[in-house]
Amino acid sequence: MNNTARKGGVGAAQIILGLSIAILVIVVAVPVLLIFVNAFWVDGALNVKDVIRIIREKDTYQALVNSLIIAAGTTTGSTIVGTFFAWLVTRTDLPYKRFMKAMFLVPFMLPSFIGALAWKMLLSPRAGFINRFWMGTLGFEEPLFNIYSYAGIVLVEIMYLFPFVFIQVCGALERMDPTLEESARISGAGLFTITRKITIPLALPSILSGALLIMLYSMAHFGTVAVLGIENGIFNIPTLIYQRIHQSAGSFASIRTGTVLASILVMAAALIIWLQGKALSRGRYQIIAGKSFRPMELKLRALRLPLLILCLVYIAFTIVLPTVVIFLVGGLKTYGLPFTWENLSLDNYKFILFDYQVTRDAIWNSLSLGLGAALITMFAGVMISYVIVKMKVRGKGVLEFLGMLPFSVPGSVIALGVILAWSGRYGPNLYNTVWIILVAYIARYMAFSLKANSAALEQVHDSLVEAARACGASMWQALKDIVLPLVRPGMLAAFFLIFLPSLRELTVSIMLYSPTTRTIGVAIYTLNEDGETVRSAALAGIALFLIITGQTLINRFAKGRSA
Amino acid sequence: MPYIRLVNVTKRFGQVTAVNELNLEIEKGECFSMLGPSGCGKTTTLRMLAGFEDLSDGEIHVGGRLFSSPRQNFYLPPEKRDFGMVFQAFAVWPHLSVYENVAFPLRIRKLPKAEIERRATDALRSTNLLGAAAGSPENLSGGGKQRVALARALAINPDVMLLDEPLSSLDPHLREEMRFEIKELQRKYGFAIVYVTHDQAEAMALSDRIMVMRQGEMQQIDSPLNVYNNPANRFVFSFIGLSNFLRVSRTDGHAGLGTGSLPTELAPPEGLPPHSGLTLASRPSEIDFLAQGGLRGKVSRKSFLGEIVDYHLRLEDGQSLRVQKNRRLPGPEEGESCGLLLRRPFWYTDEN
Amino acid sequence: MATIDIQGVSKGYGSRRVHADLNLSVQHGECFTLLGPSGCGKTVLLRLVAGFEQPESGSIRINGSPVSDPAAGINIPPDQRDLGVVFQDYAVWPHMTVLENVAYPLKLAKKQRREMEERALEAVAMVGMKGLEKRLPSELSGGQQQRVALARALVAGPSLMLLDEPLTNLDANLREEMRFEIKELQRKLGITVFYVTHDQEIALAISDRLAIMDGQGRVRQIGSPQDIFERPADVFVFNFMGIANFIPVRRVGDDWLVGQGDQRVPVGRPDGAGELYTVGCRPSDVRIAASGPGLRGVVRRASFLGAMMDYQVEVDGVIMRVALETHEAIAGGLMFKAGDPCALNFHDLLWFDSVSAEDTGGA
Repeated sequence: MNNTARKGGVGAAQIILGLSIAILVIVVAVPVLLIFVNAFWVDGALNVKDVIRIIREKDTYQALVNSLIIAAGTTTGSTIVGTFFAWLVTRTDLPYKRFMKAMFLVPFMLPSFIGALAWKMLLSPRAGFINRFWMGTLGFEEPLFNIYSYAGIVLVEIMYLFPFVFIQVCGALERMDPTLEESARISGAGLFTITRKITIPLALPSILSGALLIMLYSMAHFGTVAVLGIENGIFNIPTLIYQRIHQSAGSFASIRTGTVLASILVMAAALIIWLQGKALSRGRYQIIAGKSFRPMELKLRALRLPLLILCLVYIAFTIVLPTVVIFLVGGLKTYGLPFTWENLSLDNYKFILFDYQVTRDAIWNSLSLGLGAALITMFAGVMISYVIVKMKVRGKGVLEFLGMLPFSVPGSVIALGVILAWSGRYGPNLYNTVWIILVAYIARYMAFSLKANSAALEQVHDSLVEAARACGASMWQALKDIVLPLVRPGMLAAFFLIFLPSLRELTVSIMLYSPTTRTIGVAIYTLNEDGETVRSAALAGIALFLIITGQTLINRFAKGRSA
Repeated sequence: MPYIRLVNVTKRFGQVTAVNELNLEIEKGECFSMLGPSGCGKTTTLRMLAGFEDLSDGEIHVGGRLFSSPRQNFYLPPEKRDFGMVFQAFAVWPHLSVYENVAFPLRIRKLPKAEIERRATDALRSTNLLGAAAGSPENLSGGGKQRVALARALAINPDVMLLDEPLSSLDPHLREEMRFEIKELQRKYGFAIVYVTHDQAEAMALSDRIMVMRQGEMQQIDSPLNVYNNPANRFVFSFIGLSNFLRVSRTDGHAGLGTGSLPTELAPPEGLPPHSGLTLASRPSEIDFLAQGGLRGKVSRKSFLGEIVDYHLRLEDGQSLRVQKNRRLPGPEEGESCGLLLRRPFWYTDEN
Repeated sequence: MATIDIQGVSKGYGSRRVHADLNLSVQHGECFTLLGPSGCGKTVLLRLVAGFEQPESGSIRINGSPVSDPAAGINIPPDQRDLGVVFQDYAVWPHMTVLENVAYPLKLAKKQRREMEERALEAVAMVGMKGLEKRLPSELSGGQQQRVALARALVAGPSLMLLDEPLTNLDANLREEMRFEIKELQRKLGITVFYVTHDQEIALAISDRLAIMDGQGRVRQIGSPQDIFERPADVFVFNFMGIANFIPVRRVGDDWLVGQGDQRVPVGRPDGAGELYTVGCRPSDVRIAASGPGLRGVVRRASFLGAMMDYQVEVDGVIMRVALETHEAIAGGLMFKAGDPCALNFHDLLWFDSVSAEDTGGA
């Protein structure tokens, strides 16, 4: 394709490459670069002393430590929970395994800050329903559990993050050649020995990779810590950045602190991504099955019922209960009333959807931002992926490097970088407009689009295009007739992978919103902060409804296609 | 007293009968092959013997002990059967070194340390793996991995070695080499081999006896030479190498091809049921060209394949026949007519 | 008319040389096969002819007119070379039906709707896919998909077809059937076929002429299948075309002795005047007997493979393979066991200059 670029296409390849690089540079690279410059470059000189001073400040230091503690706890807990459930649904005769597997994946679509909100309603030390029941009805002196604590934050994060490990380990165990375990069995090993010595070690790369993903996510996670931590003064890096920027309305010192923290976050994220790549490449054992048999199932025998109950209780407590609480609280006339028929109505929902300006704006903003970001990112993603996966053109290495960036830049970093880049210092001032949020969304979700589109493009074997060329198609005709129709499912996937999460986005929006540009996530969060618990819950309920409906439609659509 | 006994062994998966009332006896130290196309039930039979599949009916006895019996609700788990087993996909554990792979069954049996080392080293020596013992099996070729699997199966010095298409993932040259190595190991250790394969040449070369299976039913159990010389039915004939089948018509008790009659040397044997359909079977390499007489045919395609020349012929009644001759032997050209002599014709009625 | 002329073509990737100063020409209407071990660069050559890759130097002409010539700045893109190409992985477009796949080249050529349909249907019928026009490739077997690819490559009536290992992904029976069909189509349509494969049996069966390429991308021999098989230019070609016995021989006085022993080679003499030679023969060219004249040896391994008996015989430290048909072995009393003594004679022996073992490799 070198030649077509040189001769036929008037440098078409270079134009596409240049455009791709420009998009990634403007949207991702410049903001991240500005953060580093702001952190390390003062008055035209490198200044590390100042950076160290900022890190040693009590608050910043504590936030760093907190991020580590929470990430470590969450990662350990999620890995254990995720691996255990994955093993249970793939290697034992647990009843209703398909249903269980589907349920364990539900937390993927539930926004964790809404979960945190629900747990706050259940377990805040004084007002939480469970604690009130514990002290009021059962007469205990102390609350059962204080959710405003490290343990609370970690537990809630585990509930929503363990599917990352679960899905990876399930995949590894399902694809693993059963004869690897059978040959251990014929060697004389019992099933528990096999699990310990063969199965788990072989799945270790997948477990590690999922664990690192969780660590990355948890370190940069805003919502849960914001909802549950701030009350007790527990800040992590993203919440501290938010607090500083928010309180000081963009003063130089606060931005400085923010950029230092953000730089640390980016470096930590890059390290984690690098480790993950290593874990995957080093441990990518050839364990995929040749002949396929059903893998052996461990007969749980006496443990079958207790484990079934454990799973059901887990699902009931971590998935059903919080969701129900959100919907119920959203229906209460006033927060604090008991859940009786007289106290429940749909008035809040009606008010929020039709009458309340703040939430109506928020819903409208989120829908249009989501749509816009999804469309733009989908098209940009397919173009960039095409250059990376398919084109042979000089200078591609730069793009490949830039293409890695979106994967390792956490949301709060993007938000801060976008503030630095688009506040008028280097061109247009988008601050306080909806456009700055759009730019940030594009940066934040570019990784999803690149992933989905490159996966789709890798399926389009070169020979399909070459066959078209040999049939007499020019390069553009081949793109239009062959490549585009074949990557359409990948583009569609990218669209929904962006549209649905953007409906509940909080981390980025919270740093960038203005009174008229609240998103659903921001509105839920600020309503809750303002003590409007019931309205916050009602809006959260509406968000959940939108997300679950959307996801169900996509799943049905995807199933229809593959069948 | 045979060492392994399968009595009326039956396996059903839902509505499908994978193995139907199979009776089988295998002697100590024998090499026994189960041969058939994919889905014929050979692998299921092996897995029942290994203990990975329950039986639907029947019994399995090994060394005088009951191993499986659904009627008595008795089922000895695979880890208690003390078999060695090698799988098609190698199934060596990539997270353990070659040595640890081989030592695994010994460690499970909690043998003394010195004994583990002695036996593992011995198994590694027998499979020419001593030099690779400390390394990861991931660095070995397919043949090397399969040697690790063999060594691991040998380590406990089993009486029975179950081999599930162990060579079909290897390239042809290596396959042949490994075949001899397996034979050599059997000579040294004296285990019985139960071997599953779809490759007839492999089964023939390796086995003392072969069982040919089709759709869960045993077709023939015999020595390789007898299976070759006397295929029990049309299916067995077709499964052992290239084959020609000619439909023979019978009018008034006279056999013929189409409207023509058969040459005298091709008279069907006496005693065939008079009204059943007849098929004449022959191998492409066992047909000679004649200047005159014999079955008449015309060469429709002639291909030079190197050592052999491949002829496709059309007989006068429209049926086609294939002949393969060494390139040094004279043969007709494309479009020419010729006579054919079927050197070893076999006759099959529709019942078999 | 369709000919290919490749002159002085060189091609490399980074520091790896694939072809250096390669010359080859394919004549009108012939089926020309490029045969070589995997990684020898034969597919690269096909891609150069198709225009998917550019040579660094040299020129390629199709029908006499240059299509690639970097020195002259000529580089015709693949869509203007008027070829049919069939790939190893079929490369039928999964989102189009059989008919849409086959009609696509005609659509690009802006044919009338009616003509397009007629010719596409004709091509589909020609490859025996009639009735399956509305199917999607995912509903077809590998062999059927390759038929679609064949029809698609033929539909626009190219005078030159390039086939890149088109049968490798098919099972043995299908491979044989498709081999006949490709040959028949080529004869019927009178087109020139440039076929690339590593499978010597297909190459022998299908070709009018073939070129043998070694692992370094050098052409070792060009000739008819019989030429290549019976009169190999060197040890590499002989070894690549099938199972080969190589026997080192040395001259002692007027005699040629096998290995380090003192038995005389029973047939033939070398042309040259060297002291050391290698003689080659195929396993089926050895005649084995229990006793009598010939080389005395011992059967080391005996394998009954069904239709064939396969022996490995040791003669003075040299291992030779002997193959004969089982029915002949039974009839002739030639069912040997390991350890039996035997005597070997030869239909024919090929004399090569003495070579080290690795010269025979690469196959």
